[in-house]
Formats: sequence, C-alpha cells, structure tokens
Amino acid sequence: MFTALRQRFEAWVTRGQRPARDPVRLERRRIYILPTRYGYAFAALLFVLFLWSINYSNSMGFAFTFLLVAIAHNSMWQAHDTLLGLIIHPADVEPTFVGQDAQLRFRLENPDPEPRYGIALQWRDQPPSYVDVPPSGAAVATLTIPATQRGWLRPGRIRILTRFPLGLLQSWSWIEFESAALVYPQPRGQRPLPAALPNSAGGGLHEVGPGSEDYAGFRPYAPGDSPRRIAWKAAGRNEQLLVKRFTDQARPELWLDWALLGDDPVEARLAQLCQWVLKAETESRRYGLQLPGVRIPPGQGDMHRRRCLEALALF
Amino acid sequence: MTKIWVYAQYGVSFLWPVDSLAHTLKALENLMRFWKQQHNPLASRPSPSTGEERVKVCAQTPVELLTSTALIWVILTLTLAVAPHTNELPVWLAPAFFIIAAWRGGIAIWQQPLPPRWLLLMLALLATAGVLVSYKTLLGRDPGVALLTAMTACKLLETRGLRDGVVLVFLGYLLVMSNLLYSQEIPMVAYLLAVVTLMLVSQMLIHRQHAGLTALAPLRLAGKMVLVAIPVMLVLFVLFPRIPGPLWGLPKDAYKGRTGLSDEMEPGTISQLIQSDEVAFRVRFTGAMPSPKQLYWRGPVLWGFDGRRWTRRDELPSQTPVPFTPEGPALDYAVLLEPSNQRWLLALDLPASLPPRAGMTRSFQLLRERPVNEVYRYEVRSYLQYRTGELTSSERFLGLRLPSKSNPRARELAEEWRARDPRPESLVNAALALFREQSFYYTLTPPLLGFHSIDEFLFRTREGFCEHYASAFVFLMRAAGVPARVITGYQGGERNEMGEYLIVRQSDAHAWAEVWLEDRGWVRIDPTAAVSPNRIQQGIYAALADTGTLPFLARRDGHYAWLRQLALSWDVLNIRWNEWVLAYGPDRQKEFLSGLGFGTVDWRGMTIAMVATLSSLGVIFITLRWRSRRSRDPVVRAWQQFCHRLAQHGLARGLHEGPLDFTERVIAQRPELAKPVREIARLYIALRYGPVHPSMAVRQLQRQVRRFRA
Repeated sequence: MFTALRQRFEAWVTRGQRPARDPVRLERRRIYILPTRYGYAFAALLFVLFLWSINYSNSMGFAFTFLLVAIAHNSMWQAHDTLLGLIIHPADVEPTFVGQDAQLRFRLENPDPEPRYGIALQWRDQPPSYVDVPPSGAAVATLTIPATQRGWLRPGRIRILTRFPLGLLQSWSWIEFESAALVYPQPRGQRPLPAALPNSAGGGLHEVGPGSEDYAGFRPYAPGDSPRRIAWKAAGRNEQLLVKRFTDQARPELWLDWALLGDDPVEARLAQLCQWVLKAETESRRYGLQLPGVRIPPGQGDMHRRRCLEALALF
Repeated sequence: MTKIWVYAQYGVSFLWPVDSLAHTLKALENLMRFWKQQHNPLASRPSPSTGEERVKVCAQTPVELLTSTALIWVILTLTLAVAPHTNELPVWLAPAFFIIAAWRGGIAIWQQPLPPRWLLLMLALLATAGVLVSYKTLLGRDPGVALLTAMTACKLLETRGLRDGVVLVFLGYLLVMSNLLYSQEIPMVAYLLAVVTLMLVSQMLIHRQHAGLTALAPLRLAGKMVLVAIPVMLVLFVLFPRIPGPLWGLPKDAYKGRTGLSDEMEPGTISQLIQSDEVAFRVRFTGAMPSPKQLYWRGPVLWGFDGRRWTRRDELPSQTPVPFTPEGPALDYAVLLEPSNQRWLLALDLPASLPPRAGMTRSFQLLRERPVNEVYRYEVRSYLQYRTGELTSSERFLGLRLPSKSNPRARELAEEWRARDPRPESLVNAALALFREQSFYYTLTPPLLGFHSIDEFLFRTREGFCEHYASAFVFLMRAAGVPARVITGYQGGERNEMGEYLIVRQSDAHAWAEVWLEDRGWVRIDPTAAVSPNRIQQGIYAALADTGTLPFLARRDGHYAWLRQLALSWDVLNIRWNEWVLAYGPDRQKEFLSGLGFGTVDWRGMTIAMVATLSSLGVIFITLRWRSRRSRDPVVRAWQQFCHRLAQHGLARGLHEGPLDFTERVIAQRPELAKPVREIARLYIALRYGPVHPSMAVRQLQRQVRRFRA
C-alpha cells in the first residue's frame, strides 16, 4: 500500500521527464529534500533540549538548542548544494549473463571548484554506494543490478541521493537514461557440443586460433583479425598487411543449431546454445549459430562470440 | 507526570533501553528463524529455483558498519563531553567511563570482537545499581546525569553500526546540555562549543563510511557550519519568544550546591558563608556609588527565635511597594543576581520599587514569584534615608516574642537596663555600650555555643561573628520591651574600578538588627559596628585578625595583588556576559526589545520580528550564494559568457562537448566566425588546462570574449 503510493508519487513527480540520451545536469527544480529517520529523531532531540532549557531557565541551553537548529538548517542547504549542478553521464555497461550482476558505471562530473562528498546512486531499494566527486573533476559511481532476464536490461528510474553532511536530511533526484545493459541467456545445459559436419560450407580448410600449428600461407588483413596473427615481417615487404592462415584439419567447424535441441522449452534451448557458444570459444573451435530467422556463419574470436550471444539475448 | 518528565529530560533513560530493546528483539527474531530452519528445513526455506529468495536478499538492507575512524572520533568527543562532569559524578563513574571508552577504542583499533551481550547487560545493571547506591534515588539532576554517563558507556560497548553511532552522538548532545546545567561561564561555553564542533565531525564521519576522507576536511566543514550557524542562532536567541519556566516541577536537587543566604540563622551560619569568595551579585549604579558603610543589602528578615535559631516568617508579599517616607535622594541601580535557588531579591535599605514578577513584604523584603535559578537582572530604586510607618499589633507581638525559658541571664540584664531608663534610645545605647566597652572580640572562629546561646556568648565566650552580635542585640531589645528583628544580607562589596560596578561576594554576608522606635519607625542598628567599625567601613578583611581563613578574593593584602587585579579584569568580562547573555530571559527580552523603540512587545511581535529578520538573513544568504555560484574563476566565467552568447544564436554547447568539439561545430556552421572562435578556444584551453595562469592572458581572453559578436 505504502510502496504503491510511493511509486505513484514518483511517477507523478517525474511525469515530464523523458529518458535522457545525453548527460543530465541536476537543476534546482528536480532536486527534492526530506529528513531521514535520523533527522526526525534529531528534531525530537531538539525539542527535548528546548524544553530542558525552558524548565531550567538555562540561557546557554537556549543558545545551544538554537545553534543546533541553525546547523540542521545549514545542513539542508548543503545537502541540496551537493547535488545541484552535478552532471551525470550515461552509463557505460558491459554485457552480462542472466544470474550475474550488471555493472552500470555512471560518470559524475563536478563543474565547481568545491568538492562534493557522499553522493550515491540507488536502484530501487538496493543499498546505495557512495562516491566523492573532486573539485572540477569526475568520479565513477557503479550501480549493480542483478540480471534476471535476457535481453535489454533497462534500469529505469535511478535515484541519485546524498545525506551529506550530517545524515539528517536526504536530498535526491530521479534520473532515467536510454542506455541499457545487454543480458545474455544463462549458460546452462548438459548436452555435449554437437558433432561437426564434415561437408559444411567452406570445405575442410578453416582458419583457427593461434593454438593450431598448420601454417597455410597469407591472406589480406580484414578488420577484426587478431593483431597477433598479422605477419609483421611480411608487412615490411608488402603494400598491405597480411595475416597468417592456419588450418586444422582435425577440428572441423560446428553448427550450433536450434533444431538440434528438439522439443526443449525456448529458454532452455537458448541456455544450452549459450553454453555451447562459450564452450566452443574456449575450445578454439570455429562455430556458426543457427536460430529460426537468424543465421550467423561460422567464425571465431571475441567479435564473433559477442555477435552470437547478442543474437541469443535478443531472440 | 513529574516523574515521567524527569525521566524524559534525561533522554538516556529512554534512548538507550529502547535502542537496546530493539537490538535484543532482532537478535531473538534471528534466533527463532534459525531454530525454525533447523527443525523444519523444507517449510521455511524458499526453494532456490524460484528467484524469490534472491529478491528478498536484495531488498534487505545490511547493517551499515561504523569505520574505526568514525568510532574513535565518537569515543573521543564523548570523553571530552563527560570530562567536565568528573567532579560532580560519583567517584567511581568517571574513571569507569574513561576505562570503557579506552576499551572500546582498543576494540576498534585492533579489530577485536565486542563483549558478549550478557556482560553488557550485567554492566548496565551494575551501573544503575551503582548510581542508586550513590544517590539513593534515580530521580533528580545529579542521578540523571550519572545515569546518562553510565548508559553512554554501555551503549559504547554495543556500538557496531551506523544507527548506534547516531544514538551515541545524540547522547553526546545531551551530555553537552547537561554540562550547561552546572556551569554557563565563558570558559565552559567556549569548551563546549569546541566539543560540539568535534561532535559534528563525528556525525559527518559516521555518515561517510566510504571514501578516504581525512579528518581535516570534515573539521574544516564542521567549523564552517558552526560559523555560518552563529548568525541564525543569535537571531533566534534574541528574538525567539521566551517562555518563563519551569513548565513542570523540577527535581529537588535541580539547583543543588548553590551557596548563599538561607532563611534561617544560628551561630555559625554566616561565618561559614564567609569562607566562599563566590560572587553573590553585581551592581551597577546609575549615579555615584554610595560610601561602603551605607551599603546594607537587605535579604531575609528573621522574626522567630527559639533560643538558638532565628527563622523567617511567612509573609504575603504585596504587589505594590510598601509605603514609607523617604528622607533623602533616590538611588537607582541594577542588580545582576547569581542563581541562588531562593526567592528573595537583594536591595539596599529601603527599596521603593518592584522588579517585574516580584512583590514586597511588610518587612521590606523583595520576593520573586519563583526561585532565582538563572542569572537574573533587575532594577530597583532605594532611599538610604527613610522613616517607616506604623507598627501593626501583630508586628509588635512578633517583634517582642521570646521563648519563655531560654537565656535567663540576658533577660535579667535587659530588665535591669529597663528599670534604669525605659526609653528605647537609651536601651539601644546601653546594649551597644556593652559590646563596645566590654572585651568582645570579632572573630571568624568563635567557640561553639550550647542551648542558651545568648547567655553563653554575652557572659562567657564573648567572641563572635556578626550573627552572634545581631542575635544577642535583638534578644536584649526584645527582653527590654523594644520591638526588634534580625536582618540578614550583605554589607559593602568590592568596587571594580575597571568596569565601574560593585561586586558583592558571599564573603560579604552580614547580619544586623532593626528596632522599632516610636517616632522614627524601624531603625537599623548594626551591633557589629560597635565591636569592629572596620568591618563596616573597610570590609571583612580589615576587620579580622585571623585573615588566614578568608578566601583569596576576599583578602586585601599585598600578596598576589596582581592576580586579584587580573581576576577583577576577568570579572569585567563576566559582568558583561551575565548582563547581556545569561540574564537574557523573558523579562530582559521584553525590556531589550522595547528599548529598541518597538514599544511594548508581546510574543506575536517577537515572532514577526524573528521571521522578518530570518527572512532578510535568508535573502542575503541566497544572494551571496548566487553570486558565488557564478564561477569564481575568471577564465571559466569568460568562457561561460562566450558560450552563452553563442547559445543565443542557436549554438548551445552540449554537456558532452569539450571546448574543441564545440568550436569545431561552431566553425562548421558559421565559418565566418572561425578566427575569433579559434582564438578564444585556444586561450581558454591554455588557461584552463595549461600549467600557468599569466594574468595578462586572462585579461586577453576576457577582452576577446567582450568583443566577440556572433
């Protein structure tokens, strides 16, 4: 009930905001401030001190109480100023697998010559993690979000908050970026890698990783080739860069095919395919991926692996 | 109600047990859960395959632990807050607190486990029992403070997380406040201000668990916060409508340990008071200061006598001054009375005006509505020469009453005088002649007296202090048929040349007599003056042969005269502090605000004035802030101006664009601006990111930007 109310309130407050593509500067009208529970407790303490001063007609007691009131008031301004003018850059995200935590790294930039202390990003009710932003500098705040579903993980509204300096008040703002984290399926399944097809496209001659030893001449460099396989000695003699070719007759290329997985449920099939992709990659095999409507020709290397996993994530 | 309040005001008594109870309940809950899981693993454990458990773990906020730095700061500041209490607490408590603080500090430094809960519980019980044994009660100011200290120590030993830290700091604020109940002198206030600043540092460190912030940065921040808070505090202090307290009954010992006159007098009462050089009150005269022998500060008037002890009579004070006939010029002065926990206000013989919320008895004694427990300033007008009115029959009766079977020899002597010459004047002279001509001595250390104290004094010991003489004199007068009473108060005082005011100390305490004469009314007779005229003219030091027992500040000899001089200079500061700060209560506030020309001000007026002042302060503050928000760096300011000018022409700089990207984009869209834009960008980059800041280059940039037209 309370949570629902709060969510409605948040939605109302941020109704005008579109998910941002560019860095966001926190303006006065989108910064909110409320006492924390320690703030309410402090107010009660002030009241006790005030009554105490009245009852004992203690002049310095009044002065002390009023000093604490003024300090609390001052801390309100400071909490507000800590966020005001701060620039938040869209997150920089590495893809993750289901079951792992996605790490969203936001860069917080401080354009002012004063340092800003104790700023945190918070996603839903997770414990916030704090950073300090140096004067005229930047700091990186990492948001850890558990990846529970494959596909695009959109963190949605993120709360940026501070309780600086005394923890009595929390000022916060909501931000939402377009950027999202890609979540691959969870690599899971007991099936072994499918058998290779000896007469698949490309015949028996395939390039493989550096582990193989059968040298098979040069071919022109293409973007995506590993720098370790560039023939640097030959580069001196030729106009263009050449890449060494290796062959591995004993290990023909694989097709990781959706159809191989029979009647398994969709997610289980994707999990199995994901596991196969990772396994084939670690075993330095050439592999292709075949999904309904998607066909990725055999290949190898980081780029290829990423392409396959992306296809699985977004299937 | 009172009891609840007494508990509530010592905060402790609630803060710690409630918090501790919460801890204990949580521990029990965990235990229950653990037990359930052990015995019924299937029922209570969510199945691992559903994501439910994971979500739960995420939602539950773990206890935020305190860093050892933060904890050590907290321990340090709490120790500093407890330190001034060392003398007031029971002997065992302060050392116990310091040991526990050191123990907890050691645990924090060497990362040891906390003591078990049962030990903590035992310590808490032991401490409570200790306080109970030391004071025989838990209610009251002193036991309250002791309990606060003890519970703070216990809380230290269970402190683990952020919330515990916050509770400790709040307890620290209560400790600071409790110190103010004992002393509000300048050094104490300065010390406590420093402690509060350190406490703010602790509070900052508690809430800043993460980064490697050194202690110096929060110290600077806390100092700045206090400085910024002081103007607001002053406005609130001056203008916040004060309510006269107390709102509830106070514990009996609320103002314990105040020395001063009491409403009883027996041999030894005043000579004991003389041992203290504490200030009783200070006086500023509007005109010239009268001579010392005229300075009789009237305190309690004592009527009743039981053969040994004189007591006050309960008189109903009237709301208007009791009339008498003045026979000389009026004398106006302001008295700054130190807290006495008594209702009477001292005034020169005889007072003719009433301070607010005070009344006057028929014995010309000023009584306030409630005891004076703050530094209290009041203004009075007195006439040093006067003639009082008629004697009522009840006054005559009381002024002649003596216990029937006491002091027979003194009675006999009085009868003898009366038989010789019944005129009151000659009876008075006979008594004074007795003191003057026989070998009576004025001494601080008279021999002890028994039940027939007057007889023993008059005929055997003949050594006494002012209370002996006053008491014997009044007894003789009553026995001879002249209505008489004892007056206690202060006589004389020390003039502080530096501040032109009079300091009256407890060592100036005195007792004298008044007799009623038919044609003159009540007349002051000081029998001590007959024995030792010096006491009245030059003060206590000149009158005594055995000055060794006198307190330091009451002496007038050449030893350490410079130190006394220094004390007097310090006292000038103190009287200002007392007049303007400590005496600033409900009455003084009204007086002060009326004095500013607002006429009579009530609480509504004060609230309006307060809100108005605070808002104007706020406006000033916001303006200053706005100005400082516009970057202080001239280079950045020039660049912002340049960007602003381009933005007006539809070329706004994106937040992600650095100066180079931005200028390239501008040049691409407006090639005709290439030259000035490039130049400005070059200068800006060199100045902002380059190693040096030649002021000429800064001026050049500013000039370029000024000339720039998009």
